[in-house]
Amino acid sequence: MSEPTAARPGSPTPRLQLEGITRHYPGVKANDGIDLHVAAGEIHAVLGENGAGKSTLMKIIHGSVRPDAGTVRWDGEPVQLASPAMAQALGISMVYQHFSLFETLSVAENVWLGLPRGETLASVARRIEAMGASYDLAVDPGSPVHALSVGERQRVEIIRALLGAPRLLILDEPTSVLAPQAIDGLFATLRRLAAEGCSILYVSHKLDEIRALCDRCTVLRAGRVTGEVVPARETPASLSQLMIGTEPPPLTRTNVAPGQVALSVHALSMQGETVHGTPLEQVSLQVRTGEILGIAGVSGNGQQALLAALSGERTVDRTGDRAAIRLFDHPVGRLGPRERRRLGLHFVPEERLGRGAVPALGLDRNTLLTRDEGVGRGGCLRPDAMRALAQRLIERFGVRAEGPASAARSLSGGNLQKFIVGREIDAAPRVLVVAQPTWGVDVGAAALIRAELLALRERGAALLVVSEDLDELLTLCDRLQVIARGRLSPSLPIADASPARIGEWMSGLWPQAVMADAAAGAVPAAR
Amino acid sequence: MNEIVLLLAAAIASGTPLVLAGLGLLVNEKAGVVNLGAEGMMLIAAVAGFATAFGTGSEMLALGAGALAGATAAAVFGLLVIGLNANQYAAGLALSLFGGGFSAFVGIGYVGRKLGDPAASLTGSIGHWLADLPVIGPLLFGQHPIVWLSLALTAAVAWLLYRTRAGLVLRAIGESPESAHALGYPVRLIRFAAVVTGGALCGVAGACLSVVYAPMWVEGLVAGRGWIALALTTFATWRPGRVLLGAWLFGGVTLLQFHLQAQGVAIASQLLAMLPYLATIVVLALISRNPAWIRANMPASLGRPFHAD
Repeated sequence: MSEPTAARPGSPTPRLQLEGITRHYPGVKANDGIDLHVAAGEIHAVLGENGAGKSTLMKIIHGSVRPDAGTVRWDGEPVQLASPAMAQALGISMVYQHFSLFETLSVAENVWLGLPRGETLASVARRIEAMGASYDLAVDPGSPVHALSVGERQRVEIIRALLGAPRLLILDEPTSVLAPQAIDGLFATLRRLAAEGCSILYVSHKLDEIRALCDRCTVLRAGRVTGEVVPARETPASLSQLMIGTEPPPLTRTNVAPGQVALSVHALSMQGETVHGTPLEQVSLQVRTGEILGIAGVSGNGQQALLAALSGERTVDRTGDRAAIRLFDHPVGRLGPRERRRLGLHFVPEERLGRGAVPALGLDRNTLLTRDEGVGRGGCLRPDAMRALAQRLIERFGVRAEGPASAARSLSGGNLQKFIVGREIDAAPRVLVVAQPTWGVDVGAAALIRAELLALRERGAALLVVSEDLDELLTLCDRLQVIARGRLSPSLPIADASPARIGEWMSGLWPQAVMADAAAGAVPAAR
Repeated sequence: MNEIVLLLAAAIASGTPLVLAGLGLLVNEKAGVVNLGAEGMMLIAAVAGFATAFGTGSEMLALGAGALAGATAAAVFGLLVIGLNANQYAAGLALSLFGGGFSAFVGIGYVGRKLGDPAASLTGSIGHWLADLPVIGPLLFGQHPIVWLSLALTAAVAWLLYRTRAGLVLRAIGESPESAHALGYPVRLIRFAAVVTGGALCGVAGACLSVVYAPMWVEGLVAGRGWIALALTTFATWRPGRVLLGAWLFGGVTLLQFHLQAQGVAIASQLLAMLPYLATIVVLALISRNPAWIRANMPASLGRPFHAD
């Protein structure tokens, strides 16, 4: 690793070399004769849609799944990766897409468990803080993981992997929840690690990032390698061609004149979701019909409380003003999700399994969560109606599932998200609140979901999208507001929203004068 | 005054078997395994302990035999639910039923027998001058060594779970065995060790009932204390200190109702006999109402089998 030649990609002995890796699952060949080489100090991208076999391949490299055929070589030597412990002993660390953190344990305890013995918890906590400060991955070592947002959990995963001083670091969709500056910071970190000799496997479907960061890129489609390229020499179109065979159609947005105010929040303050959650402070916003308002911000800045307040999962308590949240002319602050849904407000939560869908139940039963088509007289279920509705959603939104009875958890993330978003859009909502519409969703599905959201806007619905993916907000929204430390910035027309400016606002630094104007403007009744 | 002190001392003494069993089940459940066989394990250990004491006259050997019997029963349970991924609830219930029948069968010859030394009751066996001190004398120094053991064990379990890395690994496995496996911890082995430890402690508790507390053998001697210990761990939100307090509360109410019966209070004795069970559950349910507490302490994988991928 210290030899300068070893750090150059393409040197004689790759650090990791996969030959003909094949893994079957009942009904599918997840990996079919995959070859992959990663040199010491190389940042190597693995590009592919959901279901292309990326996750299975990474699990094989990390020792949690064993291949049916093929060889894994480490520094040239054939190795049997029979368990994650063996992979770890070789210096292979992984940041999972589906987080593998322990909910009730603190951040420091989680990290401690992943490190070899011989260190005290206090020193681990100090190292977490130091690493957080130097790599822009700040997180409180003492806070329990269940109080953290998705983005913060990912930070913990990354810190845990880095503290183990890995020789090969596997990152699975790492940037989905980071602010633009943090992505730059992360890339700087990864480049530094690579320069120090650590190899990096970067699993992603974000073409721009791969082109900006990675030395080489292996593209997978349906379990097979469709190309090994130098991404800097490719165009997004040519990469996307390798990945999905075709390029998704560009989003088209038509101009819609915003109509009446559909959803408004005025000076709402609310406790955090948990003791460690960020409380909302004097939050105000308005969404009109025919427009999409985006809420940008780094996770953990009050998004969870805001979404719970908007969906009705949490209501304004007796000391608060029930008119702090209005849906058209109704004060809805004390109405629950079901009552708000009757007034036309539908909600797509961030967590698909467990909140947006019941994992073990079929898609037909899952329609019951927000739809009444499947409920007959006296509360009896109408299986035919449920099946018909689920079938309609599957067809209309191109959900890849065996049928209406497929269990929700058997679908890939992208397909389940298409189903959940579709279920709400199909209800023809007047207001739709969506959290992380395309988190962990592949390119094709993301394009479809975004197009459907735009189509809903054109039909005159009011949409509010909370996302940590700034590119997504910039393509979807008419206006943006930034959430930081539980406060909401003034609204910014999308034409004025540059990533640099939004990035600055994400740290809570928006001009106070603008805020005073916005506060005045947010109360039409006061005029 | 003196009477109250004696009553408190006796309450602690009579709650002690529950402390032991409750702590055992707590360790067990913190690793994510529910063993509904507590009652059965305690009965098997109680008869094993009684037989040993009857044969050898040694209390220590009897408690050891109880621990061994409990651990063996738990090991069988562990093989079923951890090795073969049997359903934990069904296997636990089966163990309880088996333990009841098995102990009754083995214990036929001992029914109604008493152990020779009546002084070997929970109170007053140290017989030290310290025991003659006012108030703290009977409370502390008049107690059987097993009471001391239970106190030390409570502290040890709390320290182990919340202050050591081993305890953290145990909690992590109870929380998410899949993640612990991914980090390279031997999930099945650690779960098995926790189950056997839980069984051994339930065994000591069972033997303590038949050898020290009763000290005699009748069929069904444990009288539902295994079930109370299971409820205790849950309602104590898996915190060792609360298990201790809950167990003493149970002991206190048990004594109180004996007292009331002895005083000839005009309430049916059957109703009074229900009192300790009822009071313990009600009080613990009330103090464990806080959902944040339960969320922070309940092992998330409780009762779920672990399949390595």
